[in-house]
Amino acid sequence: MLILENIKLAFTSLLANKMRALLTMLGIIIGIGSVIAIMTVSSSLTTSISTSFQEMGANNITVGIKQKEEESETRQNGMKFGAANKNVSAEEDDLITDEMLEELTAQYPEQIDAISLSESVGSGMVQSGSDSANISVMGINQNYFKSNDITLLAGRKIKKADLTGSKRVIMVSDKVVDNMFDGDMQSALWQKISVAIDNMYYDYYIVGVYEYEETTLDTTTDSDTTTAAYIPITTGKAQTHADDGYSQFTVVTKAGIGSVSDFAEQIEAFFTPYYMANDDYEISTSTLESMTESMNEMIQTVSIAISFIAGISLLVGGIGVMNIMLVSITERTREIGTRKAIGAKNSSIRLQFIIEAVILCLVGGCLGILLGFILGAIAASLLGYAASVPVTAIVVAVLFSMIIGVFFGYYPANKAAKLDPIEALRYE
Amino acid sequence: MKINKPNQDNAIQDKSKTDRKQTDGSHMIELHNIIKRFYIGQPNELEILHGIDLTVSQGEFVSIVGESGSGKSTLMNIIGALDRPTQGSYFLRGIDVCHAKDKQLSEIRNQEIGFVFQTYNLVARTTALSNVELPMLYAGVSKSERTKRAKELLESVGMESRMLHKPEELSGGQKQRVAIARAMANNPSIILADEPTGALDSKTGRLIMDIFHRLNREEGKTIILITHSAELAKETGRIITLMDGCITNNGKECTPC
Repeated sequence: MLILENIKLAFTSLLANKMRALLTMLGIIIGIGSVIAIMTVSSSLTTSISTSFQEMGANNITVGIKQKEEESETRQNGMKFGAANKNVSAEEDDLITDEMLEELTAQYPEQIDAISLSESVGSGMVQSGSDSANISVMGINQNYFKSNDITLLAGRKIKKADLTGSKRVIMVSDKVVDNMFDGDMQSALWQKISVAIDNMYYDYYIVGVYEYEETTLDTTTDSDTTTAAYIPITTGKAQTHADDGYSQFTVVTKAGIGSVSDFAEQIEAFFTPYYMANDDYEISTSTLESMTESMNEMIQTVSIAISFIAGISLLVGGIGVMNIMLVSITERTREIGTRKAIGAKNSSIRLQFIIEAVILCLVGGCLGILLGFILGAIAASLLGYAASVPVTAIVVAVLFSMIIGVFFGYYPANKAAKLDPIEALRYE
Repeated sequence: MKINKPNQDNAIQDKSKTDRKQTDGSHMIELHNIIKRFYIGQPNELEILHGIDLTVSQGEFVSIVGESGSGKSTLMNIIGALDRPTQGSYFLRGIDVCHAKDKQLSEIRNQEIGFVFQTYNLVARTTALSNVELPMLYAGVSKSERTKRAKELLESVGMESRMLHKPEELSGGQKQRVAIARAMANNPSIILADEPTGALDSKTGRLIMDIFHRLNREEGKTIILITHSAELAKETGRIITLMDGCITNNGKECTPC
């Protein structure tokens, strides 16, 4: 009951010195506010990255060749494969062959659902009269869509027969159809389009139209957006006279195999003998699981580091609270004396001032949460993410501001509690 | 004037019964050979009270007079359980005040003594009602009972219309009436009034004195009034004159130390 009365009392005395209270709270407001803002941005970022990754599929393992690093260099969690070569470009000998893939599939029939292949052929432009569309041509196999989900709007997907026959068929996005055929998908099917890649013209027949999805990571929606177009990988290789073999592929695992990461390690082990003698390349795997994890970890580390710096202002704010509590106690010495004369115990006086400090910090903390949320929401929306405030951050902020109140309020409160009633009453 | 004592009815009195000395029961206050020294052990050691013997019976209206520096305030602080004597014994309704712990002193001040100060000492920014409730708050009286009793008390001093005013909005006399109501909150046995009319004009002072007389007469409160004014002192049942730390009347002159 005394606590409730003290809370009321604390608000009364805060309201009596509004400006002073606000200035005192400023340190807490800024401290809590910046921590919450950082947490909001980082959590929005994490959520948005996780969802986009989830959309891409969590059961996939990307396997690729990777340039061997110097011994001294720390091994990064493979985010890029073969393409990042600086000095030695991948020779045909370095690439993953069809035989290897067949053997892999044969060795793990229980785990592997499909092997999805894709190789970029190049970016180019489809032109017909005044109409044009930008596409980036990808050579794929029939399993590609098992690892990369698409919505087919018309026609069919690339099938096995297309690959064996190296057929000149293509799947384009609805954007291309919009640009080239005024959105009429049915009439677009089996139309021949000519794609210019690196000053070479390639002709394809449209067999399918898929729905282009704007991902959260890419929000440009202009009509000249480059969308992917899919051709059989064999066709692509034949046209560009590329080496046989693949620099990377994706393993689609069967559901319920347990840890995808563990299986990724088995795949790596499977390829080790093939690349033992290779001086330049080795096999590296990555799963979305590990990629998401490492990215989230990175974001978290950065946000904790920034929060820590922001937290310093909380310390300064806490000292400000202590200072103002000392001032307030000096000002109210007579009141403390009176309270003691009419029977307040030392503990009651101590409680009164600790509660006052806690309320001061708590109000500051709540204002800080509000400020942080507004800042975080603005920052997140500027970056193009939906703002989400982590509930734990709010709970932690509230608890933390209470702790600051108790910690920095204790010393002044104790000082007040120990005042000699006679001297306090005599204080002018 | 009819004022009910709160139901809690002085829990501490029961608790501290063990500390009580068996006295003849007629004495409210028993001071024996009270010596008070300040700055003990330092070169400027100072003895303010040189061995005061004083008994006050229940229902008495006593005034303590004396010049500044005679030790009035020091004596009042000791009687009010705000301070402990350096030597001597003090029994308040049988409670050994000299050997009470800080916490017990708080309880004694809360339950047994009602203070009225020259400067009113109302808690700023809170209403008259809250001020009167305050001692009951520290005594742990429930909210509804607190408010009920505080209202009764304010009515009894004629302040019912100013109940929700803050001290800043009240005149000196009004403040002092609120302070008296507050002193009565836990129905103490003694009211200690330190120059209660010192800051008031004579008319308002008269009003305050009348309230004290009424409390003494109708409620049987033991009242100790500390004052400069010989005129006011004459109204009381007994005058105790302090001079240089000794009591000088009733032939009970103490031996100078």
